[in-house]
Amino acid sequence: MMLFDDYLLLTLVIVTALGAVFVRDLFSGVLTLAAYSFFLALLWAGLGAVDVAFTEAVVGAGLSTLFFLVALFLTSHQEEVRKQFKVQMMALGSLGILGFLLLFGSVDLPVVGDPESLPSKHVSSHYLKKSLEETDTPNVVTAVLADYRGFDTLGETTVIFTAGIACWMLLRRRDDSAT
Amino acid sequence: MIRPHDSVIVHTLARVFIPIIQLFALYVLIHGHDSPGGGFQAGTLFAASFILPVIAFGIQGSLTVLERRAIILGGIGILLFAGIGLIPLLLGEEFLNYGELPIPGMEASARRHLGILGIEIGVTIAVAATAVSIYYSLRERGEGEGN
Amino acid sequence: MADIVLYRPHFVAFIILFLLGIYIMVVSLNLVKKLIGMYLMQTSIILFFITLAVKKDSTIPIILSSATAVTPEAYANPLPHVLMLTAIVVGVSTLGVSLAMVIALYRQYNTLEEDQILGKMK
Repeated sequence: MMLFDDYLLLTLVIVTALGAVFVRDLFSGVLTLAAYSFFLALLWAGLGAVDVAFTEAVVGAGLSTLFFLVALFLTSHQEEVRKQFKVQMMALGSLGILGFLLLFGSVDLPVVGDPESLPSKHVSSHYLKKSLEETDTPNVVTAVLADYRGFDTLGETTVIFTAGIACWMLLRRRDDSAT
Repeated sequence: MIRPHDSVIVHTLARVFIPIIQLFALYVLIHGHDSPGGGFQAGTLFAASFILPVIAFGIQGSLTVLERRAIILGGIGILLFAGIGLIPLLLGEEFLNYGELPIPGMEASARRHLGILGIEIGVTIAVAATAVSIYYSLRERGEGEGN
Repeated sequence: MADIVLYRPHFVAFIILFLLGIYIMVVSLNLVKKLIGMYLMQTSIILFFITLAVKKDSTIPIILSSATAVTPEAYANPLPHVLMLTAIVVGVSTLGVSLAMVIALYRQYNTLEEDQILGKMK
């Protein structure tokens, strides 16, 4: 049986997500999305993923909200409501089928908190056992991120650098001379 | 042209908070080994400490050269990362194997420790510079004919 | 069905958030609303992976002393945490580029609604 605060946080996460999408003014929607990010970070810290919670609170709730607000500041922030009954019904129908299939498939997933589940075996137990003596780093997530899976981190840094270049080039102005 | 903010509360708080955020970012970077933290969080906090003066004091309140040329610093960060990984390759070992960095007088685990710290610094510089550059692109270069 | 809510409530939350994200991306005609839906989808998948990494009665994956031998059951699984760190940062980069595209579109067509942009493009 799950603890009470897990249920509470999950409910808060779903409620803020529903609030972020069903609101007409986009400023309110974006700020509710920031609240959703913070609740999600709390949930992950409670589940033991402290590095991920820290990154989500800083990068997800901080940086993405900043980018959203800047984009809304330069464009319009009112959404126009249109009647789209047919599209909504079709989407609800097909997503209902997809949701039922996903629920049906999730019965085979491991119980939350099972220490013998398959993702916890093989390589990950090797990382936990050997990381302090091989890399002198108590934080196993940093050791795996920077040493054992350093190539992925190199690719990720290249991705964010490419995103910076892409933003620069997308917003070119007509009087850009040398930049 | 980004104008400064009108409110005096924002000015005062920005003046107080910017060095605190930078100190905290440095702490998160260095203590990424022993506590939750690391390169990405520290890089974003550094970016916040460079974006906050632009929000509060306008484009004059920042290192103006920094905003326009910040993306070059991002490239330097990646070069630092890839360079630290390339040194073992040039010496005959595998790419990104920090245990074979040519630092005398240390055992392999201590060399790996230093290698991890080095690439975290590279990642921090890259992420901070790119976040500032994206903010600058969206805000300053986004203002155009339609706005 | 009851044991899904009792023993795996995080998966139910993941399904709700994921489908909500897809629904908003499909139905909404505003470009920024679609990006909010994309963000919901990305974070729901991260929730799914973190749920797979939880172990009962375990602590955070920071090993303080090398005196005692490490039992992997006492620490949370660090490998999905690492993958999700990458996923968060890549998600924010994608968001930055998408918002740059939205601003460029607004600069050209002066609206954020998809059908009006498609109408003006003809």
